[in-house]
Amino acid sequence: MAEQLKLSKKDRVAIWWRSTFIQGSWNYERMQNGGWAFSMIPAIKRLYKTKEDRAAALQRHLEFFNTHPYVASPIIGVTLALEEERANGAPVDDKAIQGVKVGMMGPLAGIGDPTFWFTVKPILGGLAASLALTGNILGPILYFVLWNLIRMGFTWYTQELGYKAGSKITEDLSGGLLQDITKGASILGMFILGSLVNRWVSVAFAPTVSEVQLDEGAYIDWDELPAGSEGIRTALEQQAAGRSLSETSVTTLQDNLDSLIPGLAGLLITLLCMWLLRKKVSPIAMILGLFAVGIVFHVIGLM
Amino acid sequence: MDLTMIQIILVVIVAFLAGVEGILDEFHFHQPIIACTLIGLVTGELVPCLILGGTLQMIAMGWANIGAAVAPDAALASVASAIILVLGGQGEAGVIPAIAIAVPLAVAGLLLTIIVRTLATGIVHLMDAAAKEGNFRRVDMWHIIAIVMQGLRIAIPAALIVAIGAAPVRDLLTAMPAWLTDGLAVGGGMVVAVGYAMVINMMATREVWPFFAIGFVLATIPSITLLGLGGIGVALALIYLALTKQGGSGGGGNGNTGDPLGKIIDDY
Repeated sequence: MAEQLKLSKKDRVAIWWRSTFIQGSWNYERMQNGGWAFSMIPAIKRLYKTKEDRAAALQRHLEFFNTHPYVASPIIGVTLALEEERANGAPVDDKAIQGVKVGMMGPLAGIGDPTFWFTVKPILGGLAASLALTGNILGPILYFVLWNLIRMGFTWYTQELGYKAGSKITEDLSGGLLQDITKGASILGMFILGSLVNRWVSVAFAPTVSEVQLDEGAYIDWDELPAGSEGIRTALEQQAAGRSLSETSVTTLQDNLDSLIPGLAGLLITLLCMWLLRKKVSPIAMILGLFAVGIVFHVIGLM
Repeated sequence: MDLTMIQIILVVIVAFLAGVEGILDEFHFHQPIIACTLIGLVTGELVPCLILGGTLQMIAMGWANIGAAVAPDAALASVASAIILVLGGQGEAGVIPAIAIAVPLAVAGLLLTIIVRTLATGIVHLMDAAAKEGNFRRVDMWHIIAIVMQGLRIAIPAALIVAIGAAPVRDLLTAMPAWLTDGLAVGGGMVVAVGYAMVINMMATREVWPFFAIGFVLATIPSITLLGLGGIGVALALIYLALTKQGGSGGGGNGNTGDPLGKIIDDY
Protein backbone atom coordinates (compact mmCIF):
# COMPACT_ATOMS: atom_id res chain seq x y z
CA MET A 1 0.00 0.00 0.00
CA ALA A 2 1.33 3.37 -0.96
CA GLU A 3 1.80 6.11 1.59
CA GLN A 4 -1.26 7.99 2.83
CA LEU A 5 -2.41 10.74 0.48
CA LYS A 6 -2.88 13.97 2.36
CA LEU A 7 -3.92 17.51 1.45
CA SER A 8 -1.30 20.06 2.43
CA LYS A 9 -2.13 23.40 3.99
CA LYS A 10 -1.13 25.01 0.71
CA ASP A 11 -3.77 22.93 -1.11
CA ARG A 12 -6.40 23.96 1.39
CA VAL A 13 -5.50 27.63 1.04
CA ALA A 14 -5.74 27.30 -2.75
CA ILE A 15 -9.16 25.67 -2.40
CA TRP A 16 -10.27 28.39 0.00
CA TRP A 17 -9.20 31.10 -2.46
CA ARG A 18 -10.93 29.36 -5.36
CA SER A 19 -14.13 28.98 -3.35
CA THR A 20 -14.39 32.77 -3.46
CA PHE A 21 -15.56 32.27 -7.04
CA ILE A 22 -18.07 29.53 -6.26
CA GLN A 23 -20.97 31.47 -7.76
CA GLY A 24 -19.07 32.49 -10.89
CA SER A 25 -20.82 30.09 -13.26
CA TRP A 26 -24.15 30.10 -11.42
CA ASN A 27 -26.71 28.57 -13.75
CA TYR A 28 -30.34 27.52 -13.71
CA GLU A 29 -29.59 23.85 -14.20
CA ARG A 30 -27.18 22.90 -11.40
CA MET A 31 -26.57 26.32 -9.80
CA GLN A 32 -23.16 26.49 -8.05
CA ASN A 33 -21.86 23.22 -9.51
CA GLY A 34 -19.23 24.79 -11.78
CA GLY A 35 -17.80 26.90 -8.97
CA TRP A 36 -17.81 23.89 -6.67
CA ALA A 37 -15.78 21.80 -9.15
CA PHE A 38 -13.51 24.82 -9.73
CA SER A 39 -12.88 24.94 -5.96
CA MET A 40 -12.17 21.21 -5.65
CA ILE A 41 -9.58 21.10 -8.45
CA PRO A 42 -6.46 21.50 -6.24
CA ALA A 43 -7.67 18.58 -4.11
CA ILE A 44 -8.44 16.38 -7.12
CA LYS A 45 -4.98 17.11 -8.54
CA ARG A 46 -3.33 16.11 -5.27
CA LEU A 47 -5.43 13.01 -4.54
CA TYR A 48 -5.91 11.35 -7.92
CA LYS A 49 -3.19 10.62 -10.41
CA THR A 50 -4.76 8.64 -13.24
CA LYS A 51 -6.76 10.36 -15.94
CA GLU A 52 -9.79 8.15 -15.30
CA ASP A 53 -9.86 8.93 -11.57
CA ARG A 54 -9.47 12.63 -12.24
CA ALA A 55 -12.25 12.64 -14.82
CA ALA A 56 -14.56 10.74 -12.46
CA ALA A 57 -13.79 13.14 -9.59
CA LEU A 58 -14.45 16.20 -11.76
CA GLN A 59 -17.72 14.74 -12.95
CA ARG A 60 -18.99 13.89 -9.48
CA HIS A 61 -18.22 17.43 -8.32
CA LEU A 62 -20.20 18.93 -11.20
CA GLU A 63 -23.42 17.65 -9.64
CA PHE A 64 -26.09 20.08 -8.46
CA PHE A 65 -25.08 22.28 -5.54
CA ASN A 66 -26.45 25.48 -4.08
CA THR A 67 -26.14 27.18 -0.73
CA HIS A 68 -25.18 30.52 0.74
CA PRO A 69 -21.72 31.18 -0.78
CA TYR A 70 -19.93 31.61 2.57
CA VAL A 71 -21.33 28.56 4.36
CA ALA A 72 -20.23 26.46 1.38
CA SER A 73 -16.82 26.51 3.11
CA PRO A 74 -17.60 24.04 5.94
CA ILE A 75 -19.22 21.74 3.36
CA ILE A 76 -16.08 21.96 1.23
CA GLY A 77 -14.04 21.06 4.34
CA VAL A 78 -16.07 17.90 5.04
CA THR A 79 -16.03 16.92 1.37
CA LEU A 80 -12.24 17.31 1.28
CA ALA A 81 -11.94 14.88 4.18
CA LEU A 82 -14.26 12.39 2.46
CA GLU A 83 -12.32 12.64 -0.81
CA GLU A 84 -9.07 12.11 1.07
CA GLU A 85 -10.44 8.91 2.61
CA ARG A 86 -11.74 7.75 -0.75
CA ALA A 87 -8.38 8.35 -2.41
CA ASN A 88 -6.80 6.24 0.34
CA GLY A 89 -9.09 3.34 -0.44
CA ALA A 90 -12.05 3.83 1.92
CA PRO A 91 -15.43 2.82 0.43
CA VAL A 92 -16.88 6.32 0.09
CA ASP A 93 -19.18 6.25 -2.91
CA ASP A 94 -20.58 9.07 -5.07
CA LYS A 95 -23.92 8.89 -3.29
CA ALA A 96 -22.31 9.46 0.12
CA ILE A 97 -20.48 12.55 -1.12
CA GLN A 98 -23.54 13.96 -2.88
CA GLY A 99 -25.68 13.10 0.15
CA VAL A 100 -23.37 14.97 2.53
CA LYS A 101 -23.36 18.00 0.22
CA VAL A 102 -27.13 18.12 -0.21
CA GLY A 103 -27.81 17.31 3.42
CA MET A 104 -25.63 20.17 4.63
CA MET A 105 -26.46 22.84 2.07
CA GLY A 106 -30.08 23.51 3.02
CA PRO A 107 -29.71 23.91 6.78
CA LEU A 108 -26.45 25.86 6.40
CA ALA A 109 -28.06 28.23 3.90
CA GLY A 110 -30.62 28.70 6.65
CA ILE A 111 -27.79 29.99 8.85
CA GLY A 112 -25.93 31.98 6.20
CA ASP A 113 -28.83 33.98 4.79
CA PRO A 114 -30.09 35.53 8.03
CA THR A 115 -26.60 35.96 9.52
CA PHE A 116 -24.84 37.63 6.61
CA TRP A 117 -27.56 39.13 4.44
CA PHE A 118 -29.94 40.25 7.17
CA THR A 119 -27.70 40.96 10.15
CA VAL A 120 -24.09 41.80 9.27
CA LYS A 121 -24.82 43.52 5.96
CA PRO A 122 -27.55 45.90 7.18
CA ILE A 123 -25.50 46.82 10.26
CA LEU A 124 -22.31 47.57 8.32
CA GLY A 125 -24.26 49.06 5.41
CA GLY A 126 -26.30 51.33 7.65
CA LEU A 127 -23.22 52.55 9.50
CA ALA A 128 -21.26 53.13 6.30
CA ALA A 129 -24.19 54.77 4.50
CA SER A 130 -24.77 57.25 7.30
CA LEU A 131 -21.10 58.25 7.12
CA ALA A 132 -21.24 58.49 3.32
CA LEU A 133 -24.33 60.72 3.40
CA THR A 134 -22.26 63.37 5.16
CA GLY A 135 -19.67 63.07 2.39
CA ASN A 136 -17.24 61.08 4.53
CA ILE A 137 -15.05 58.70 2.49
CA LEU A 138 -14.49 56.56 5.61
CA GLY A 139 -17.95 55.06 5.09
CA PRO A 140 -17.19 52.90 2.06
CA ILE A 141 -13.67 52.11 3.27
CA LEU A 142 -15.00 50.89 6.60
CA TYR A 143 -17.64 48.77 4.89
CA PHE A 144 -15.20 47.18 2.47
CA VAL A 145 -12.51 46.34 5.02
CA LEU A 146 -14.81 45.02 7.76
CA TRP A 147 -17.02 43.01 5.42
CA ASN A 148 -14.09 41.24 3.80
CA LEU A 149 -12.30 40.59 7.10
CA ILE A 150 -15.41 38.95 8.52
CA ARG A 151 -16.08 36.98 5.34
CA MET A 152 -12.54 35.69 4.78
CA GLY A 153 -12.08 34.81 8.44
CA PHE A 154 -15.35 32.93 8.50
CA THR A 155 -14.77 30.94 5.31
CA TRP A 156 -11.20 29.89 6.17
CA TYR A 157 -11.98 28.93 9.76
CA THR A 158 -15.10 26.92 8.92
CA GLN A 159 -13.42 25.15 6.00
CA GLU A 160 -10.68 23.96 8.37
CA LEU A 161 -13.30 23.00 10.96
CA GLY A 162 -15.23 20.92 8.41
CA TYR A 163 -12.02 19.28 7.20
CA LYS A 164 -11.04 18.19 10.70
CA ALA A 165 -14.54 17.01 11.65
CA GLY A 166 -14.80 15.16 8.33
CA SER A 167 -11.61 13.20 8.95
CA LYS A 168 -12.95 12.07 12.28
CA ILE A 169 -16.18 10.82 10.71
CA THR A 170 -14.29 8.57 8.33
CA GLU A 171 -11.73 7.27 10.88
CA ASP A 172 -14.08 4.75 12.43
CA LEU A 173 -14.81 2.45 9.52
CA SER A 174 -15.11 -0.78 11.50
CA GLY A 175 -18.36 0.19 13.19
CA GLY A 176 -20.06 0.61 9.85
CA LEU A 177 -20.25 4.32 10.65
CA LEU A 178 -19.55 5.24 7.06
CA GLN A 179 -22.43 3.12 5.77
CA ASP A 180 -24.65 4.74 8.37
CA ILE A 181 -23.55 8.16 7.22
CA THR A 182 -24.19 7.25 3.60
CA LYS A 183 -27.71 6.15 4.36
CA GLY A 184 -28.28 8.90 6.89
CA ALA A 185 -27.07 11.49 4.40
CA SER A 186 -29.48 10.33 1.71
CA ILE A 187 -32.33 10.35 4.24
CA LEU A 188 -31.41 13.88 5.30
CA GLY A 189 -30.88 14.86 1.67
CA MET A 190 -34.31 13.68 0.58
CA PHE A 191 -35.95 15.26 3.61
CA ILE A 192 -34.33 18.63 2.87
CA LEU A 193 -35.14 18.34 -0.84
CA GLY A 194 -38.77 17.80 0.06
CA SER A 195 -38.80 21.01 2.06
CA LEU A 196 -36.81 22.96 -0.54
CA VAL A 197 -39.23 21.98 -3.30
CA ASN A 198 -42.00 23.32 -1.12
CA ARG A 199 -40.27 26.57 -0.14
CA TRP A 200 -38.17 27.55 -3.15
CA VAL A 201 -40.12 26.50 -6.21
CA SER A 202 -42.53 29.40 -6.39
CA VAL A 203 -45.71 29.19 -8.39
CA ALA A 204 -48.68 31.47 -7.82
CA PHE A 205 -51.91 31.29 -9.76
CA ALA A 206 -53.56 34.65 -10.06
CA PRO A 207 -57.17 34.11 -11.23
CA THR A 208 -59.90 35.10 -8.83
CA VAL A 209 -62.16 32.22 -7.93
CA SER A 210 -64.71 34.07 -5.89
CA GLU A 211 -65.45 37.55 -4.66
CA VAL A 212 -67.75 37.63 -1.66
CA GLN A 213 -69.49 40.73 -0.35
CA LEU A 214 -68.74 40.87 3.37
CA ASP A 215 -71.36 41.63 6.03
CA GLU A 216 -71.45 45.04 7.60
CA GLY A 217 -69.06 45.17 10.53
CA ALA A 218 -66.72 42.58 9.00
CA TYR A 219 -64.82 45.26 7.11
CA ILE A 220 -63.51 48.73 7.88
CA ASP A 221 -66.06 51.33 6.79
CA TRP A 222 -63.71 54.01 5.49
CA ASP A 223 -66.44 56.63 5.07
CA GLU A 224 -67.39 56.57 8.72
CA LEU A 225 -63.93 56.93 10.22
CA PRO A 226 -63.14 60.09 12.21
CA ALA A 227 -61.00 62.61 10.34
CA GLY A 228 -57.24 63.02 10.68
CA SER A 229 -54.92 60.90 12.76
CA GLU A 230 -57.80 59.73 14.90
CA GLY A 231 -59.19 57.99 11.82
CA ILE A 232 -55.92 56.21 11.12
CA ARG A 233 -55.86 54.98 14.69
CA THR A 234 -59.41 53.67 14.51
CA ALA A 235 -58.68 51.94 11.21
CA LEU A 236 -55.60 50.23 12.59
CA GLU A 237 -57.50 49.15 15.69
CA GLN A 238 -60.29 47.72 13.58
CA GLN A 239 -57.83 45.87 11.38
CA ALA A 240 -56.14 44.41 14.45
CA ALA A 241 -59.57 43.30 15.61
CA GLY A 242 -59.80 41.22 12.45
CA ARG A 243 -61.79 43.45 10.13
CA SER A 244 -61.09 43.23 6.43
CA LEU A 245 -59.61 46.20 4.54
CA SER A 246 -62.15 46.05 1.71
CA GLU A 247 -65.82 45.27 1.43
CA THR A 248 -65.25 42.09 -0.49
CA SER A 249 -63.27 38.97 0.36
CA VAL A 250 -61.25 37.89 -2.69
CA THR A 251 -60.21 34.27 -3.06
CA THR A 252 -57.66 33.48 -5.77
CA LEU A 253 -57.05 30.07 -7.27
CA GLN A 254 -53.78 29.99 -5.32
CA ASP A 255 -55.61 30.49 -2.01
CA ASN A 256 -57.75 27.47 -2.81
CA LEU A 257 -54.73 25.36 -3.72
CA ASP A 258 -52.95 26.47 -0.55
CA SER A 259 -55.82 25.41 1.63
CA LEU A 260 -55.63 21.99 -0.01
CA ILE A 261 -51.86 21.41 -0.16
CA PRO A 262 -49.47 24.40 0.01
CA GLY A 263 -46.68 24.01 -2.52
CA LEU A 264 -48.58 21.44 -4.56
CA ALA A 265 -47.92 23.20 -7.87
CA GLY A 266 -44.17 23.33 -7.14
CA LEU A 267 -44.21 19.62 -6.33
CA LEU A 268 -46.05 18.78 -9.54
CA ILE A 269 -43.57 20.80 -11.59
CA THR A 270 -40.68 19.00 -9.89
CA LEU A 271 -42.24 15.58 -10.53
CA LEU A 272 -42.89 16.57 -14.14
CA CYS A 273 -39.24 17.61 -14.51
CA MET A 274 -38.07 14.28 -13.01
CA TRP A 275 -40.26 12.40 -15.46
CA LEU A 276 -39.01 14.47 -18.40
CA LEU A 277 -35.39 13.93 -17.31
CA ARG A 278 -35.93 10.18 -17.30
CA LYS A 279 -37.37 10.54 -20.80
CA LYS A 280 -33.99 12.12 -21.69
CA VAL A 281 -35.40 15.60 -22.30
CA SER A 282 -32.58 18.15 -22.18
CA PRO A 283 -32.58 20.29 -19.00
CA ILE A 284 -31.87 23.39 -21.09
CA ALA A 285 -35.02 22.80 -23.12
CA MET A 286 -36.95 22.44 -19.86
CA ILE A 287 -35.52 25.70 -18.47
CA LEU A 288 -36.32 27.68 -21.60
CA GLY A 289 -39.73 26.03 -21.70
CA LEU A 290 -40.49 27.07 -18.11
CA PHE A 291 -39.53 30.67 -18.89
CA ALA A 292 -41.80 30.61 -21.92
CA VAL A 293 -44.61 29.15 -19.83
CA GLY A 294 -44.01 31.87 -17.23
CA ILE A 295 -44.35 34.65 -19.82
CA VAL A 296 -47.38 33.13 -21.56
CA PHE A 297 -49.23 32.36 -18.31
CA HIS A 298 -48.48 35.84 -17.00
CA VAL A 299 -49.73 37.48 -20.19
CA ILE A 300 -53.01 35.53 -20.18
CA GLY A 301 -53.40 36.40 -16.49
CA LEU A 302 -53.10 32.90 -15.09
CA MET A 303 -50.00 33.59 -12.96
CA MET B 1 -19.70 66.77 -18.24
CA ASP B 2 -17.37 65.01 -20.67
CA LEU B 3 -15.05 62.24 -19.57
CA THR B 4 -11.52 61.69 -20.80
CA MET B 5 -10.57 58.40 -22.43
CA ILE B 6 -8.73 57.22 -19.32
CA GLN B 7 -11.72 58.04 -17.13
CA ILE B 8 -14.02 56.11 -19.46
CA ILE B 9 -11.74 53.07 -19.31
CA LEU B 10 -11.62 53.24 -15.50
CA VAL B 11 -15.42 53.56 -15.31
CA VAL B 12 -15.79 50.45 -17.47
CA ILE B 13 -13.33 48.57 -15.24
CA VAL B 14 -15.30 49.52 -12.12
CA ALA B 15 -18.49 48.41 -13.90
CA PHE B 16 -16.86 45.09 -14.77
CA LEU B 17 -15.87 44.48 -11.14
CA ALA B 18 -19.37 45.35 -9.98
CA GLY B 19 -20.85 42.95 -12.51
CA VAL B 20 -18.60 40.09 -11.37
CA GLU B 21 -19.42 40.77 -7.75
CA GLY B 22 -23.14 41.06 -8.47
CA ILE B 23 -23.10 37.30 -8.85
CA LEU B 24 -20.19 36.30 -6.57
CA ASP B 25 -21.40 38.35 -3.61
CA GLU B 26 -17.98 38.08 -1.95
CA PHE B 27 -15.92 41.30 -2.00
CA HIS B 28 -19.03 43.45 -2.44
CA PHE B 29 -17.81 45.75 -5.20
CA HIS B 30 -21.41 45.79 -6.40
CA GLN B 31 -22.83 47.31 -3.23
CA PRO B 32 -23.93 50.87 -4.02
CA ILE B 33 -21.74 52.38 -1.35
CA ILE B 34 -18.62 50.84 -2.93
CA ALA B 35 -19.57 50.96 -6.63
CA CYS B 36 -20.83 54.58 -6.64
CA THR B 37 -17.83 55.74 -4.62
CA LEU B 38 -15.40 54.09 -7.05
CA ILE B 39 -17.16 55.69 -10.04
CA GLY B 40 -16.97 59.02 -8.23
CA LEU B 41 -13.29 58.46 -7.47
CA VAL B 42 -12.30 57.79 -11.09
CA THR B 43 -14.39 60.62 -12.53
CA GLY B 44 -13.43 63.22 -9.93
CA GLU B 45 -17.02 63.63 -8.71
CA LEU B 46 -16.36 61.93 -5.39
CA VAL B 47 -18.72 63.70 -3.00
CA PRO B 48 -21.97 63.57 -5.04
CA CYS B 49 -21.32 59.90 -5.87
CA LEU B 50 -20.56 59.16 -2.21
CA ILE B 51 -23.93 60.62 -1.24
CA LEU B 52 -25.66 58.70 -4.03
CA GLY B 53 -23.98 55.51 -2.84
CA GLY B 54 -25.04 56.08 0.75
CA THR B 55 -28.64 56.77 -0.25
CA LEU B 56 -28.87 53.76 -2.55
CA GLN B 57 -27.26 51.56 0.11
CA MET B 58 -30.10 52.45 2.46
CA ILE B 59 -32.67 51.57 -0.22
CA ALA B 60 -30.91 48.32 -1.11
CA MET B 61 -30.56 47.23 2.52
CA GLY B 62 -32.74 44.15 2.21
CA TRP B 63 -31.81 43.15 -1.33
CA ALA B 64 -30.19 39.73 -1.16
CA ASN B 65 -29.74 36.70 -3.37
CA ILE B 66 -31.56 33.91 -1.59
CA GLY B 67 -31.78 30.43 -2.97
CA ALA B 68 -32.30 30.67 -6.68
CA ALA B 69 -33.97 34.06 -6.52
CA VAL B 70 -31.96 37.09 -7.55
CA ALA B 71 -32.55 40.38 -5.84
CA PRO B 72 -33.03 43.57 -7.85
CA ASP B 73 -29.64 44.16 -9.35
CA ALA B 74 -27.65 46.53 -7.15
CA ALA B 75 -24.68 46.41 -9.54
CA LEU B 76 -26.39 47.90 -12.60
CA ALA B 77 -28.44 50.27 -10.45
CA SER B 78 -25.42 51.78 -8.71
CA VAL B 79 -23.02 51.85 -11.66
CA ALA B 80 -25.51 53.26 -14.15
CA SER B 81 -27.05 55.82 -11.82
CA ALA B 82 -23.57 57.02 -10.79
CA ILE B 83 -22.56 57.43 -14.44
CA ILE B 84 -25.79 59.29 -15.20
CA LEU B 85 -25.17 61.52 -12.17
CA VAL B 86 -21.66 62.33 -13.38
CA LEU B 87 -22.75 62.90 -17.00
CA GLY B 88 -25.62 65.13 -15.87
CA GLY B 89 -23.08 67.40 -14.21
CA GLN B 90 -25.52 68.72 -11.61
CA GLY B 91 -23.40 67.68 -8.62
CA GLU B 92 -25.27 66.93 -5.43
CA ALA B 93 -28.54 68.27 -6.89
CA GLY B 94 -28.49 65.40 -9.37
CA VAL B 95 -28.60 62.69 -6.68
CA ILE B 96 -32.40 62.43 -6.40
CA PRO B 97 -33.13 62.13 -10.16
CA ALA B 98 -30.28 59.60 -10.41
CA ILE B 99 -31.99 57.48 -7.75
CA ALA B 100 -35.29 57.63 -9.64
CA ILE B 101 -33.46 56.09 -12.60
CA ALA B 102 -31.62 53.55 -10.44
CA VAL B 103 -34.65 51.56 -9.36
CA PRO B 104 -35.97 50.65 -12.86
CA LEU B 105 -32.35 49.92 -13.77
CA ALA B 106 -32.19 47.42 -10.92
CA VAL B 107 -35.10 45.56 -12.49
CA ALA B 108 -33.55 45.74 -15.95
CA GLY B 109 -30.35 44.34 -14.44
CA LEU B 110 -32.36 41.42 -13.11
CA LEU B 111 -33.36 40.63 -16.68
CA LEU B 112 -29.71 40.64 -17.77
CA THR B 113 -28.84 38.36 -14.85
CA ILE B 114 -31.50 35.87 -15.93
CA ILE B 115 -30.07 35.88 -19.45
CA VAL B 116 -26.50 35.34 -18.25
CA ARG B 117 -27.53 32.56 -15.86
CA THR B 118 -29.31 30.79 -18.71
CA LEU B 119 -26.21 31.15 -20.90
CA ALA B 120 -24.15 29.72 -18.03
CA THR B 121 -26.25 26.57 -18.26
CA GLY B 122 -24.66 25.99 -21.66
CA ILE B 123 -21.24 26.64 -20.14
CA VAL B 124 -21.58 23.95 -17.48
CA HIS B 125 -22.30 21.46 -20.24
CA LEU B 126 -18.98 22.43 -21.80
CA MET B 127 -17.45 21.91 -18.34
CA ASP B 128 -19.05 18.45 -18.26
CA ALA B 129 -17.34 17.62 -21.53
CA ALA B 130 -14.00 18.88 -20.21
CA ALA B 131 -14.50 16.89 -16.98
CA LYS B 132 -15.10 13.71 -18.95
CA GLU B 133 -11.58 14.09 -20.34
CA GLY B 134 -10.14 15.03 -16.96
CA ASN B 135 -9.05 18.35 -18.44
CA PHE B 136 -8.53 20.72 -15.48
CA ARG B 137 -7.43 23.64 -17.56
CA ARG B 138 -10.60 23.63 -19.66
CA VAL B 139 -12.85 23.40 -16.58
CA ASP B 140 -10.97 26.39 -15.12
CA MET B 141 -11.19 28.25 -18.40
CA TRP B 142 -14.96 27.86 -18.77
CA HIS B 143 -15.52 28.89 -15.18
CA ILE B 144 -13.47 32.04 -15.73
CA ILE B 145 -15.34 32.74 -18.99
CA ALA B 146 -18.60 32.53 -17.04
CA ILE B 147 -17.23 35.05 -14.53
CA VAL B 148 -16.15 37.38 -17.35
CA MET B 149 -19.67 37.14 -18.81
CA GLN B 150 -21.04 38.39 -15.50
CA GLY B 151 -18.62 41.31 -15.61
CA LEU B 152 -19.58 42.22 -19.17
CA ARG B 153 -23.23 42.15 -18.10
CA ILE B 154 -22.57 45.50 -16.36
CA ALA B 155 -19.51 46.73 -18.26
CA ILE B 156 -21.29 46.79 -21.65
CA PRO B 157 -24.36 48.74 -20.47
CA ALA B 158 -22.02 51.13 -18.62
CA ALA B 159 -20.00 51.75 -21.78
CA LEU B 160 -23.23 52.23 -23.74
CA ILE B 161 -24.52 54.82 -21.28
CA VAL B 162 -21.25 56.73 -21.50
CA ALA B 163 -21.44 56.56 -25.30
CA ILE B 164 -25.04 57.61 -25.86
CA GLY B 165 -25.60 59.94 -22.92
CA ALA B 166 -28.20 59.93 -20.19
CA ALA B 167 -31.46 60.94 -21.91
CA PRO B 168 -31.90 58.06 -24.41
CA VAL B 169 -31.29 55.60 -21.53
CA ARG B 170 -34.26 56.96 -19.66
CA ASP B 171 -36.50 56.58 -22.73
CA LEU B 172 -35.35 53.03 -23.31
CA LEU B 173 -36.14 51.98 -19.77
CA THR B 174 -39.69 53.22 -19.82
CA ALA B 175 -40.21 51.38 -23.12
CA MET B 176 -39.50 47.94 -21.63
CA PRO B 177 -42.88 46.18 -21.31
CA ALA B 178 -43.93 45.04 -17.84
CA TRP B 179 -45.41 41.78 -19.15
CA LEU B 180 -41.95 40.68 -20.27
CA THR B 181 -40.12 41.43 -17.02
CA ASP B 182 -42.93 40.10 -14.81
CA GLY B 183 -43.37 36.99 -16.95
CA LEU B 184 -39.66 36.20 -16.75
CA ALA B 185 -39.82 36.57 -12.99
CA VAL B 186 -42.69 34.07 -12.90
CA GLY B 187 -40.63 31.65 -14.99
CA GLY B 188 -37.60 32.20 -12.76
CA GLY B 189 -39.61 31.00 -9.78
CA MET B 190 -40.29 27.70 -11.49
CA VAL B 191 -37.02 26.79 -13.18
CA VAL B 192 -35.31 25.85 -9.90
CA ALA B 193 -37.49 22.72 -10.03
CA VAL B 194 -35.26 21.39 -12.82
CA GLY B 195 -32.22 21.37 -10.52
CA TYR B 196 -34.09 19.70 -7.68
CA ALA B 197 -35.48 17.08 -10.06
CA MET B 198 -31.93 16.16 -11.12
CA VAL B 199 -30.75 15.56 -7.54
CA ILE B 200 -33.88 13.66 -6.58
CA ASN B 201 -33.43 11.40 -9.60
CA MET B 202 -29.94 10.65 -8.33
CA MET B 203 -30.66 10.06 -4.64
CA ALA B 204 -34.13 8.59 -4.62
CA THR B 205 -34.67 4.98 -3.56
CA ARG B 206 -37.85 3.33 -2.33
CA GLU B 207 -36.39 3.46 1.17
CA VAL B 208 -35.87 7.23 1.37
CA TRP B 209 -38.98 8.56 -0.46
CA PRO B 210 -41.05 8.80 2.75
CA PHE B 211 -38.53 11.28 4.11
CA PHE B 212 -39.08 13.48 1.06
CA ALA B 213 -42.80 13.46 1.88
CA ILE B 214 -42.19 14.37 5.53
CA GLY B 215 -39.86 17.20 4.52
CA PHE B 216 -42.38 18.53 2.02
CA VAL B 217 -45.24 18.52 4.51
CA LEU B 218 -43.24 20.04 7.37
CA ALA B 219 -42.02 22.85 5.10
CA THR B 220 -45.61 24.09 4.82
CA ILE B 221 -45.35 25.29 8.42
CA PRO B 222 -43.81 28.71 7.91
CA SER B 223 -42.56 29.08 11.48
CA ILE B 224 -40.08 26.20 11.09
CA THR B 225 -36.87 27.69 9.68
CA LEU B 226 -34.59 25.77 7.34
CA LEU B 227 -32.24 25.29 10.26
CA GLY B 228 -35.08 23.77 12.27
CA LEU B 229 -35.95 21.50 9.36
CA GLY B 230 -32.31 20.44 9.27
CA GLY B 231 -32.53 19.48 12.95
CA ILE B 232 -35.65 17.40 12.33
CA GLY B 233 -33.99 15.77 9.33
CA VAL B 234 -30.89 14.80 11.32
CA ALA B 235 -33.04 13.43 14.14
CA LEU B 236 -35.16 11.38 11.70
CA ALA B 237 -32.06 9.93 10.07
CA LEU B 238 -30.58 8.97 13.44
CA ILE B 239 -33.82 7.40 14.62
CA TYR B 240 -34.18 5.45 11.40
CA LEU B 241 -30.61 4.16 11.56
CA ALA B 242 -31.00 3.15 15.19
CA LEU B 243 -34.28 1.34 14.48
CA THR B 244 -32.98 -0.55 11.44
CA LYS B 245 -30.07 -1.83 13.55
CA GLN B 246 -32.44 -3.40 16.05
CA GLY B 247 -34.61 -4.88 13.31
CA GLY B 248 -33.83 -8.44 14.41
CA SER B 249 -34.58 -7.94 18.08
CA GLY B 250 -38.30 -7.50 17.53
CA GLY B 251 -40.17 -5.39 20.01
CA GLY B 252 -37.28 -5.19 22.44
CA GLY B 253 -36.22 -1.75 21.30
CA ASN B 254 -37.68 0.16 24.19
CA GLY B 255 -34.50 0.35 26.22
CA ASN B 256 -32.83 2.31 23.51
CA THR B 257 -35.21 5.21 22.95
CA GLY B 258 -32.97 7.76 24.63
CA ASP B 259 -30.14 7.06 22.24
CA PRO B 260 -30.76 9.28 19.21
CA LEU B 261 -30.86 12.39 21.33
CA GLY B 262 -27.74 11.27 23.19
CA LYS B 263 -26.01 10.73 19.89
CA ILE B 264 -26.87 14.19 18.67
CA ILE B 265 -25.52 15.67 21.88
CA ASP B 266 -22.35 13.57 21.59
CA ASP B 267 -21.85 14.77 18.04
CA TYR B 268 -21.75 18.35 19.11
